[in-house]
Amino acid sequence: MSAAKPDFRTPMSRARGLGSAKHGVGHFIADRVSGLALIPLSIWAAYAGLKLAAGGYMAAVEWLAQPLNAVLLSLFIVAGLLHLRLAVQVVIEDYIEGFVPKSAALIANYLVCALGAALGVFAILKVALLGAF
Amino acid sequence: MTEASSGVRERPLSPHLQVWRWHVTMLGSILHRACLIGLYVGALILVAWALALASGQQTYGVFIAVMGSLPGKLVLLGLTFALFFTVASNVRHLMWDTGRGFTPRVADTIVIAGIVFAVVATAVVWLIAGQTGGLS
Repeated sequence: MSAAKPDFRTPMSRARGLGSAKHGVGHFIADRVSGLALIPLSIWAAYAGLKLAAGGYMAAVEWLAQPLNAVLLSLFIVAGLLHLRLAVQVVIEDYIEGFVPKSAALIANYLVCALGAALGVFAILKVALLGAF
Repeated sequence: MTEASSGVRERPLSPHLQVWRWHVTMLGSILHRACLIGLYVGALILVAWALALASGQQTYGVFIAVMGSLPGKLVLLGLTFALFFTVASNVRHLMWDTGRGFTPRVADTIVIAGIVFAVVATAVVWLIAGQTGGLS
């Protein structure tokens, strides 16, 4: 890529040789923003874990019935799974070879995280809105 | 159009673990990845906790019995460390994103500081849990 030589490569050729063709920054920004949000959320989660460890089932239901706890725990799960999906995506891209295994692992990674977030938020809302049975 | 249809060129491979002397920032990088993979499992355990709670007292009791067993506690201990080390890594990466802290001495120091923070924070959390069974 020296300035002295003329470059006869087409944009497609250049993209094939260099990778992401300018879309990789979206991954980077999502990773860093979710990581930033997870700094306070993780400290809160450790505190919440200690609170929950001291009580039983009813205490946990009452804890989750408080709106602040339900919202923060939902945020922790969603931001956490977004962050982890991005992180594990890079690990898969780095270490799994072959188009089919790599694609299968990337799709599974995406779906597992989406399913986890949906189940987690739904369970939180069920307890927060309907309480214990 | 000299290279238009040449497909993917042969690209150089970067040297990997076997040719590197272990150093602190490399340990930090590998530990960061290991912690994230551990937290992937941890996030699914957290989702299972929420599902168990939503399923009622009996299912919740099973979940607590599994995670309260010795293997369950060891997993939670590891996850506590992974959580705190990842917090430290995220702070470190935000700092590195500004272009600061790349001299070997500073880079090594903040990686070690992250490990120390994670060990101390994990110890504090588990000492509190051991003393009172948690915070009331």
